[in-house]
Amino acid sequence: MFRIDFNKLRFLVCDDNPHMRRILRTLLHSFGAREVYESEDGATALEMYSHYVPDIVITDWSMPIFDGLELAQMIRQPESKGNPYAPIIMLTGHSEKRRVTVARDAGVTEFLAKPISAKGLYQRILNVVANPRPFIKTKTYFGPDRRRNTASAYIGPERRIGGEVEVLQQPSLLDKARTTV
Amino acid sequence: MAKDKPATLQIEAFADHHVITQPNPLRRVLRRVAEKDLDDPVARAEKALARLSGEFKNWMEVETNRLAAAHAAILKDGFTKTTREELFRAAHDIKGDATTFGFPSAGVAAESLCRIIEHAPDLDQVPSNLIAHHINAIQAIVGERTKLDTISTASELSRQLRGVADEYLAYANRDRPEHLEAILAPSIVPAE
Repeated sequence: MFRIDFNKLRFLVCDDNPHMRRILRTLLHSFGAREVYESEDGATALEMYSHYVPDIVITDWSMPIFDGLELAQMIRQPESKGNPYAPIIMLTGHSEKRRVTVARDAGVTEFLAKPISAKGLYQRILNVVANPRPFIKTKTYFGPDRRRNTASAYIGPERRIGGEVEVLQQPSLLDKARTTV
Repeated sequence: MAKDKPATLQIEAFADHHVITQPNPLRRVLRRVAEKDLDDPVARAEKALARLSGEFKNWMEVETNRLAAAHAAILKDGFTKTTREELFRAAHDIKGDATTFGFPSAGVAAESLCRIIEHAPDLDQVPSNLIAHHINAIQAIVGERTKLDTISTASELSRQLRGVADEYLAYANRDRPEHLEAILAPSIVPAE
């Protein structure tokens, strides 16, 4: 069994809601973290990211000035002088499939839907510490490998090397809704 | 603290992408402990959260007042980019925080309000009562939380509001499949 020495980790927490920042700070300090830096908007968080060089970033999505998604995109600049590889945990009230996909494509490492729990946060941190994924760089993406699992039995098309896209047909929710409205 | 930049990157080049593997810079913060190790950081954090819970009611009232103020601005100035964003942000914060603060029904009502703001084709066309009822319900749930007999009422109130809002959104978006998909699709994020 593994434990994390939280006192060796430096966190950057970015959330515009002071109550949520307080909750996060309480949880991280209780885990054992000593260095927890806080920001209430994306722009300040980016400055603090460069200045403090945190090991792990925990950010909300919806924030003023620029949001958590833009923060992730700015951190994930492969040519930047800062560290583009730091794990980013997005903690947000958004939990729709579309949002999760957008966050993943912005380079977010882990997604944690509110309501927050001590267990959920600990597991996400343990995951980024113990199981880091390789990074993928393409013309349009730089970030953690979006394929979490290697399916040895996968026999479908290899999308990453090109070729025609295979579209899987799924029943439309629109039709379903129309029949119920 | 962990190193700023990975010491050695292994880069494998493929036709249209690179795979970059780095030695885990955070590995040194992991330590193996015995299975019977009694230290439980999660339990410790939950206790700390419980100690903080005495403040949750006040925090929830602050959030609710912010929501009411955002609604009042809309009643005064109508839906503008600024007023819409503030209403959404206030409702969205309650959606995310309310369960943690012990007001899950307020969170359900706030989520329903968020969905209206996000998916209604034209907010000016949304029946004003529909939005007002959500605001009033959240205020009532938070204000009356101390009365034990209101908990089931709060849950039922939120459930019914969500039903009415979903019915409205499904009808208003009947010709907007991308919104309809989002409205009807379940969350794919596991709670933990």
